[in-house]
Amino acid sequence: MNSALLLLIIPLLSAILIHFLLQQKMASIAAILGTIGTLVTLGISLSLLSSDAVGCSFNWAQIGDFNVNIGIQLDQLSKGMMVVVTGIGLLVHVFSLGYMKDDESKARYFGNLSLFMFSMTGIVLADNFVMMFIFWELVGLSSYLLIGHWYQKDSAADAAKKAFLSNRVGDFGFLIGILMIWGITGSIVFDQMALSAATPFLGAAVLLVFCGAIGKSAQLPLHVWLPDAMEGPTPVSALIHAATMVAAGVYMMARFFFSIGFDVIPDCSAVTIAWIGGITSLAAALMATQQDDIKKILAYSTLSQLGYMVMAVGLVDPNAGMFHLYTHAWFKALLFLGSGAVIYACHHEQNIWKMGGLFKKMPITGITFVIGTLCLTAVPFTSGFFSKEGILHAAHESNPALFYIAVAVAALTTFYMFRLLFIAFFGKAKDEHAAHAKEVPLVMAVPLLILGLMSLASPWIGKAIPALNDFHPHIGLEMNSVTIASIAAFVVGLAAAVVFYKGKESDPLANNKVMQLFRNKFYVDEAYAILIKIFQDLVAAIVHFIDEFFINGLLVGGLTRIAQGTGNLFRNHCQSGRLQGYATLLGLGAIVIIYIVTFL
Amino acid sequence: MLLLALILIPILAALAVFAKLPARTITLGAAGINLILGLYAALCPTCAGTMDVLVLENPAISFSLGLDGMSAVMLSLTVIVTLAAALSGSCPDGRERLWYASINLIAAGAIGAFVSTNLFFFYAFHELALIPTFLMIGILGRGGHERVNIAWKTTIYLAFGSIILLGGLILAGIQLEDLSFSSLQPVAEHQNAIALLLIIGFGTLVSLFPFHSWAAPAYASAPAPVAMLHAGVLKKFGLYGLLRIGLAVAPDGMKHWLNLLLVLLLFNILWMGLVTINQKRLDNMLGASSVMHMGYIFLAIGAAIAAGGNIVDPTTQSLTLAASAAVLLMFAHGISIALSFSLADRIEAKTGTLEMNKLGGLAKAAPKLAFLFGLVAMASIGLPGLANFAGEIMVFFSGFEGWSPEQALGPVQITTIIAIWGVVISAVYMLRAFRNTFHGPAADRCASASDLTFAEKAPAILLSLVLLAVGLCPNLLLNLLK
Repeated sequence: MNSALLLLIIPLLSAILIHFLLQQKMASIAAILGTIGTLVTLGISLSLLSSDAVGCSFNWAQIGDFNVNIGIQLDQLSKGMMVVVTGIGLLVHVFSLGYMKDDESKARYFGNLSLFMFSMTGIVLADNFVMMFIFWELVGLSSYLLIGHWYQKDSAADAAKKAFLSNRVGDFGFLIGILMIWGITGSIVFDQMALSAATPFLGAAVLLVFCGAIGKSAQLPLHVWLPDAMEGPTPVSALIHAATMVAAGVYMMARFFFSIGFDVIPDCSAVTIAWIGGITSLAAALMATQQDDIKKILAYSTLSQLGYMVMAVGLVDPNAGMFHLYTHAWFKALLFLGSGAVIYACHHEQNIWKMGGLFKKMPITGITFVIGTLCLTAVPFTSGFFSKEGILHAAHESNPALFYIAVAVAALTTFYMFRLLFIAFFGKAKDEHAAHAKEVPLVMAVPLLILGLMSLASPWIGKAIPALNDFHPHIGLEMNSVTIASIAAFVVGLAAAVVFYKGKESDPLANNKVMQLFRNKFYVDEAYAILIKIFQDLVAAIVHFIDEFFINGLLVGGLTRIAQGTGNLFRNHCQSGRLQGYATLLGLGAIVIIYIVTFL
Repeated sequence: MLLLALILIPILAALAVFAKLPARTITLGAAGINLILGLYAALCPTCAGTMDVLVLENPAISFSLGLDGMSAVMLSLTVIVTLAAALSGSCPDGRERLWYASINLIAAGAIGAFVSTNLFFFYAFHELALIPTFLMIGILGRGGHERVNIAWKTTIYLAFGSIILLGGLILAGIQLEDLSFSSLQPVAEHQNAIALLLIIGFGTLVSLFPFHSWAAPAYASAPAPVAMLHAGVLKKFGLYGLLRIGLAVAPDGMKHWLNLLLVLLLFNILWMGLVTINQKRLDNMLGASSVMHMGYIFLAIGAAIAAGGNIVDPTTQSLTLAASAAVLLMFAHGISIALSFSLADRIEAKTGTLEMNKLGGLAKAAPKLAFLFGLVAMASIGLPGLANFAGEIMVFFSGFEGWSPEQALGPVQITTIIAIWGVVISAVYMLRAFRNTFHGPAADRCASASDLTFAEKAPAILLSLVLLAVGLCPNLLLNLLK
């Protein structure tokens, strides 16, 4: 059997076994089963790096010229992504063993985590667009289930629904895009999609396909679900809503661009994509500066970094985007698990203004969190520095405006991350729980350490493995304008954070009008709430009313009345029991018959 | 003879029920046997054989039965839903004879309609199935005295549709020498009139906008098995007829009205989508959603009309794809809507209400019910892995079949694009319903509810497995259609 196939089968089997066989009665076995399954898939993914195994495929549906296979495509892109998915997946599983130890639905949690691993693997390995869409939707399902893990909380249930629906809106475009690409290239298989020249509708098709990425990678204007998705258990946020699933949009676009070829991508579509990424990264960074929930800060940071990756895709440099995806996955997973450790130690407190001084009390968490922060803020020689350089370079070459935005975002990133660090990890403890916080158990600390190591080492590891070279284009420090801008941005951000937040007990900027705009996320959620209210409630109610009273009332009611009316007419006049009436009708009938017989 | 047996077994079972033999046992037995025989026949149409008894010389009407790919799929749908329907709902004490005899007779009518290969009996069997449907809604329906009105309204409305349909069939029939399906051919005259009559007539039976308003109230007040059988199986008669007869006798007429059909089906999807979103009761919502989902099947029929060619013996790939997409989605929708009605009935039985704002948090007390309802909600949203997705994606592809970037988007492509917005709408109302019923803090009436027993689970598991099997491997059905 093709070993790549096992990558799909193992998590699927694990999900089925856990959900239908083990269940809550054997929750501990379920947790271990899920973890071991992921360990095995990591082993397979690593072994694939050095093998030249090719994909395989099975027919899923075939009639006429509609032909969809479940097929596996193995190349640098998918092999590299598999290592990220299974590697971080494994660490998140291990971390969850501790974090979800006493959860009353632990088995359901691990079952859904396996379901996620299965679906994500499907996206990565898919060799055609329909298969990718199939797993794309399944990833959406597992995300829905995991965000709604604590479904009895209204906020979690609503967040799960919101995530699914926002993704669906993106999928609306994605699906149309796939259909158009089918028409344009004559194929849904990535390998057979290459175009020699641009065709009409290609620009539209590219943007429509990109709609899928807008939904899944939470770009403006569909970004609203991701911060709410933090209602899910924190390890889920680390794996799904930071490292892997939300990056699937970027992965999909990279796969798509490689397949049709860079040369044919119309400029206007590419520029649009780049600007959506750029604006998302700026808006999200601004919003992150005023969040108080540790997970929300990281969530907006994820939005912002995804914006970077999307921008790289739009600058038709998906290699740079993928490189940032790989490095970001490790250090953002690290930051999220670190926040999970903090939340665990502080008895489910998520407000950074009620933390403080955690660095000393939780040294492993503290140190690894600082490592993650340094990577995210692109301190030279960290992984984030190298990958961000790639994106800045791409912008510098082709789009100066976006370059300045990207540099500003870099400064903002440093600012909000050090704000978080100063308030939560340094200074005085601002709350009982924070004062008595203890380091997390080993089962949670070890994944943090490994992630810390990977955050720092990932560019070099990538460089060392031939099978990943495509996506690690450049490691090194050269003093050019881009590098100087990047370092300057870091210094400015750090300085601002020191001035405003070092040793502060409350937010000095909280009353600033502009800052309140950021804190309230530019009121986008509120605007959507009004739109939804208008469409789902008002318009739907009006339509329902018209349907009920006019269409139903007139057509059905009318028909019923005609039927009853004629019935009454005949009953009253024809079967009245009066002999004259019968005689008249008899006469009339005879006349009609005679008329017909004689004259027609 | 096998096909005749498939019709006679439920009729005999109905007679046995009238003769006061144990109703439930007999019905379940008959439905079980029919399930096995029906699936066997569907898998091996040649083993099923054919039957041909001349009833009338001129016009040639013969009682003829036979199976091909399309009818094999519909037959499978019927026998599966029949067994699930017989296992669903709770029959009021003392009314077993009416309850179970009706289920049997509806099944007999539906099977008869789908295995008939003659226009006359095709029509007659469907009418046979409608009678017990109306009786069940009127006599044993839910929702107080209003049910009688609803039964009347439905009867009159569907009779109206049937009469218009009959008009169209007669207009076509007088131009045909032979009324058997295999010899249907495009008629020489009045194609436009015939096509319009068939679209309205069949359309009314399938709740094509604006002839849809009978459906939601009828399903909400019908007892669970009847809602399952009608929404799941009988309603597909109209779509099957349009595809099988409309396209065969009046292909040019259908083309003439194609744009009208496309507009109407968009109303089914978008307009009814909004109506569905606005529903406050679970049963009304499911009824309205079933109207909405018909739009997708009409879209496949629209694509088939646009593709042109001979439906009796399709040679073009576009027609094959569109027709297969329609049939696959009919099957998927039939199974999923039957499952929804079966489970909604259980929710009402356990909590005493179907008003969504009075429910909440039911997943805690009834996790199995939540799982199964979640599964069918996801099927209805079009989640891959479940049959509806396979149908919908094929419908969308059939809409874009033959399009190339050198030409502008045609009416069918534009309709397809707009129709895809429906996948968002169905997610809105289905997730909202699931959220309000199963998620959130438990409402009092939900906290104390009991979970499904094995007997209650049985029909749901049967239908879920079918949804999964076809969803994971659509070729199971597509191979029947080849």
